Order: sequence, then structure tokens, then C-alpha cells
Amino acid sequence: MSDVAVRMEQVYKMFRKGEVYNSLRDLIPALTGRMFRQQDLSESDKREFWALQDMSFEVERGEAFGIIGPNGAGKSTMLKLLSRVMKPTRGSIYLPGKCSALIELGAGFHQDLTGRENIYLYGTILGMTKREIAAKFDDIVDFSGLAEFIDTPIKRYSSGMYTRLGFAVASHVNPDVLLVDEVLSVGDALFQRRCIEYMQTIIQNGATVLFVSHNLRTVAEFCSRTLLIDHGREVTTGPTAKAITEYRSRLQQRRQADQSRPVVITGVEVRDNNGPCNRFQTGQKAWIDIEAVAHQACSKIAVVITVLDENHYELFATSTERLRQGSVSLNPGEVLRCTFEIDLGLGPGAYYLSVGLYRYDTEHRFDNWQGTASLFVWSTDDTTGPVNLFPKVVRHEVSSSGVTRNQVNPPVPNRS
Amino acid sequence: MTLRVWSRRRRDKTPHLSGASARLECAQQPVRESLNELYKYRELLYMLAYRDIKARYKQSVMGLLWAILMPVLIVMAGVVVRYAYALASGKPLETADIVGVAVKAVPWAFLVSSVRFGCNCLVGNSNLVTKVYFPKEIVPMAAVLASLFDFAVASAALLILLIALRTSWSVYLLWAPALLLNMILLAAGIAMVVSAASLFFRDVKYIVEVALTFGIFFTPVFYDVSMLGSKGKWLLLNPVAPILEGLNACVAHQHSPQLLWIGYSLGFAMAVFFGGYFFFKHLEPAFAESV
Repeated sequence: MSDVAVRMEQVYKMFRKGEVYNSLRDLIPALTGRMFRQQDLSESDKREFWALQDMSFEVERGEAFGIIGPNGAGKSTMLKLLSRVMKPTRGSIYLPGKCSALIELGAGFHQDLTGRENIYLYGTILGMTKREIAAKFDDIVDFSGLAEFIDTPIKRYSSGMYTRLGFAVASHVNPDVLLVDEVLSVGDALFQRRCIEYMQTIIQNGATVLFVSHNLRTVAEFCSRTLLIDHGREVTTGPTAKAITEYRSRLQQRRQADQSRPVVITGVEVRDNNGPCNRFQTGQKAWIDIEAVAHQACSKIAVVITVLDENHYELFATSTERLRQGSVSLNPGEVLRCTFEIDLGLGPGAYYLSVGLYRYDTEHRFDNWQGTASLFVWSTDDTTGPVNLFPKVVRHEVSSSGVTRNQVNPPVPNRS
Repeated sequence: MTLRVWSRRRRDKTPHLSGASARLECAQQPVRESLNELYKYRELLYMLAYRDIKARYKQSVMGLLWAILMPVLIVMAGVVVRYAYALASGKPLETADIVGVAVKAVPWAFLVSSVRFGCNCLVGNSNLVTKVYFPKEIVPMAAVLASLFDFAVASAALLILLIALRTSWSVYLLWAPALLLNMILLAAGIAMVVSAASLFFRDVKYIVEVALTFGIFFTPVFYDVSMLGSKGKWLLLNPVAPILEGLNACVAHQHSPQLLWIGYSLGFAMAVFFGGYFFFKHLEPAFAESV
């Protein structure tokens, strides 16, 4: 048996826009009208919309494969084809093995049934047998953390409980191929963590994961290879870092092509003293080079940098104006270059950098480039939280009845 | 481990309903594969039926009475009709007539509820239809199965009634399960057709409602075909009629049903069932796009 888990070969998917008769009342007059008027059929071809075109890729068994692309690029269509809810217009999809999709958690739950009944119901919908579910039932309940409420009708559940139950069932399917849509974007941080842990175990057990997401960081963390699609076509397939860079530059190009903005950020680069870099040791110095071009004359421009944590919480922000640099005015065609130097007093973890151009007195936003760069900060000290206060233990002893016993611990292993 | 490969001819178009052409071109999975798949998902059939039954009985205050309510109303209406007929014709109303109405009312109620729930089953479960893969014919089949449960409850009540009325029984009673199977085939066939059709055309459910409301007048539930004299045989062309007449014959009157008409009805039911199944499988790939 080959090691290909999923293969798409020249897959095309077409939808038709516009006139679709969804009632006989509309259809029958249209039919008779058409008989007399002899409309040419080519008109209906104009409404064709190709959601996917010439899509081919292969995913090997045990691989984590990412699919990224802007909204409307065809990512969801791709998942629907892979999960067999829709069929391709042309081309073929080869997907041996059991496939499970974390797409809509709890599709098929019935409000009036209890949690217990819904576990069985949803489990069978996902293709498990009753016996399998019975064997895993206690695990599912444990995993959901809803043991007390398991005999309560789920209409009394909160939406969080609902998702947890859905995920608990879905994660016990043990598929050969797992399709993950944006489920990670719903739910709290703890839930997201659990999803990620689950995907990690799935991969370790030799299953294949196809991960569709907007969250580039998670894609970067997980997927060895990534497919970038845009307008229903493959842009590039390759190492995730490359695909993400390509995606970012496409987004940026699209923004720059937007002539309606008076001034546009054309480049942001993060570097250490050796050049471009996105991994830093905590406390290290970093430089952020920003370049902007004016399309129209504008005045009182302040450059703002913001550091966000992985949940997009703002941790730190400042601007040229707040750092008492005053503001600048640009004439059309003029280029603004600006470099910030920062000390990365951040705890170990991943952070986003956003750059914006504002008019400092009216707070009018000229341009804002969110998540322009990721910063990965590592540390030899094991700390948690977004900041690093550079702790040192300067005294560590136990004393009783005047005798001091010095206790020396072995160094704590790094968690980078 | 099953192998799933879809391949399409290059010129194939998307399954879709559009204007005059109403073109529905879908690649067909081999029948054997479809049936295997159906067998693989059989537990889902029971679960969905269980869900429907459970939800129906939990929601209603009346609980099990729900299953009996409709047949009881039909029987009461039938008794009124029969009484009026007896007055007009001068023949006395006999117990066997009332038993006959009751025997016909219960399967008719089953057919009505199968078709009614079948009609809404795909539309009502649209998140299942668009989000999860499984053989979708399970959904209308589960609706029929849930109605069959109601039928079983009503039949139990009917049995008590028959015993209370001291109806005698005969070997012809053995026909009843066969006739019932005929009814189930017909109900499942119709349920598959209307469930798929109502996904594409939202007014199908109104048409179905009207057909179900007035269908009882074209079906010998309140009356017997024999009352119409020689013209009665035209009514037997309604495939439900021979089943109900047959049940009436073997349960209420202890004689054999008319075999020729039963054969006709069975042939009709099989045609509807398999025709409905292929119709359903043909449209299935377009379901997710039409919702």
C-alpha cells in the first residue's frame, strides 16, 4: 500500500450563481416562459463560478498539511470536497481510510436529548459503532469534563459546554485522516490548547492532519507543508514557512495596490544585530525597520508599533510621536523610513508585531498592518507570562534552631 | 478499509437545478458500494429514529398518547361517516364495520406520518446534510422507522380494542405482516422522494400536505371499496387501497385478500421504493449545495 493518505488530482468545483429556482411556483412559469422565448443556453454559463480550479496535491501518511489563503479562496469548499459532503465537478479525490472532520462540532446534537444520548447520537453520526462508543464513553465524559451534567438535556448547556461535548466525541473517533477547520478560533484558550494537544497526539499516532486556518501561527507550529490557495487556484505548495511568507507578501501587495490610501506601509523588517530574524532570546535588542510610501500628501503622521500576545491581546504600544520625535508630513511619492530599537523583555513564547500609521492629533488611521511579523522569544529561565522580569534566586535556604542548611537545586531544564 | 475514488467524465457539469433544463447530472456511485455503505451506517439509522422518537415523546405532554391520537381521530371520523352511510342506506351499522375502520385507520396514520416527517426530515436536519458525510437516505428511512414505532404503539392499542370487541381471528391474519411490509416499502419510497424534492423546492411540503389531507377520500379508510359497486375497482388503482382492503379482509372479516390487487400494490410499492432510492441517490451529491 502506498503512503499517500490524500490525493487530489486536477479537481475543479463549479457553483452557479444567480437564478436558481427553489420552488415549483417559480420553476413552472420559468419553464413555460423558456419554451416560448428560446433563450440561448450560453447565458447560464456566464453565471458559473469556479470555486476551485485545477487543484492537485498529495499528502503523505502521518503528515500535517496546512491549507491557507484569504477569505473566499476556496478553503471551505476544499474541506467539503475532502469530507465528501460535496463532489468535485471534475477531477478525482483519493482518500482511503477513515476520515473525520472537526468542522462543525455538534452538528446533529438534539436539544431535547441528554448529554449521554447525544454522545451516542453524535458518535454514530461521525461513523463510530455503538460498541465503540460504549467502550470509550467514560473517556469521552472525562475529556469533556461534563460528568455532572451528562444526564441533563443539552438545551440547558452553555455554548462552551456544547462545544466541549462535541469536541470530546469528535476527538475519540481515531481517524486515519483528520480535517480541521477553524474550530480553534471558537472556544477559550484552554479549549484551543486541548485541540492542539489532540492534533499532536493524532499526528504522533501516525494519522494525517489537514489543517485549514487563518491562524498562521498555529499552521506554522504544526504543519510541515502548506498549500496556499487564492481565487480557487493553487499558488504554492511547499514548506510552511515559505507558503506563509508568500501569503503575507500577497496580502501586502494587495494592500499596496490599494491606491485609495494616502500612505501605505510598504515594508517591515525585524532584525537583530546580525540581520533579519524572528527568534530572539529574552532581553535581546531588536530593531524594527519600517518603510512607508505616500500616494497623496498627508501630514502629522505618527508611526505606531504594537506587540500582541498569541491571543492578540495588546501587550505594548508606542509611537514616534509618543517617543517625542514629533510628526512628519509627506508629499506624494515621498518615502518615510523609521527604525525602532526595542529591548525584548518578553517571557518565552510567540508574539505578533503590528505596525500602523496614524495622524497623531485626530487618531485618524492611515494604514495598519496587523500581525506583520511574528516574534518567537526563548529564554533559559523557566518563566510563564508575557513579560520577563529577569528573576534570579539570590537566597534559598532552610533554617531551624540556628543551623542553616543550604539547599541547592539542580538547574531547572529549559522550556523553550 | 474501503477505497473511495470518484472520477467524472471531463465534460460533466455540477449537479444543479437550473431553469428550463433542470439538469441533474451526477456521477453515480456503484449500487453495491452504496448498499455496503448503507449497511455500515445502519446504527445511525437506529440512532436517528431513536432521536426522533425520544424527542417527539419528550416534547409532548401527552407522551405515548401522541401515537394513538391520530388513529383515534380517524376512527372517530370513520364511525361518523359509517353511521351516516348506515342511515342513508338503511343497513344497520355492524361491529365488523367499526373494526374495519379501526384496522385501516392505524396503517393510514402510519403512512401519513411517514410522509409528513419524511418530507421535513432533510430540510430540518440541514446542518447534518451540509456538514457531515453519511448516506443521506438514512434520514428519511429513520423518519419512517420512527413512524413505525408510533404504528406499533397504536397497533397495540388496536389489539386491545379487537380483543375487547371479541373479534374472531383466522389463519388469514398471517397476511397482515406481509401487507404491512408492503406499506412500509411504499411509505419509505414516498418519504425518500418527497424528502429530496422538498430540499430543492420549498413548496413541495405544501403540496404534500394537501395530498395527505385529501388523500383519505381517495383511499378506502372510511368506506369499503365494495360500497362503490362495480366502480370500486378504479379506487383499487390507488396502491394504498389494496393494502387497506386486504387488512380489512384478513383481520376484520377473516378471509383472504384479493391476491391480484395485492400483487399490483406490491409491484407498485417496489417500483416506488427502488425508483425513490435511485432518485434520492441521484440527487444526493447536490444536497449540500442546495440547502
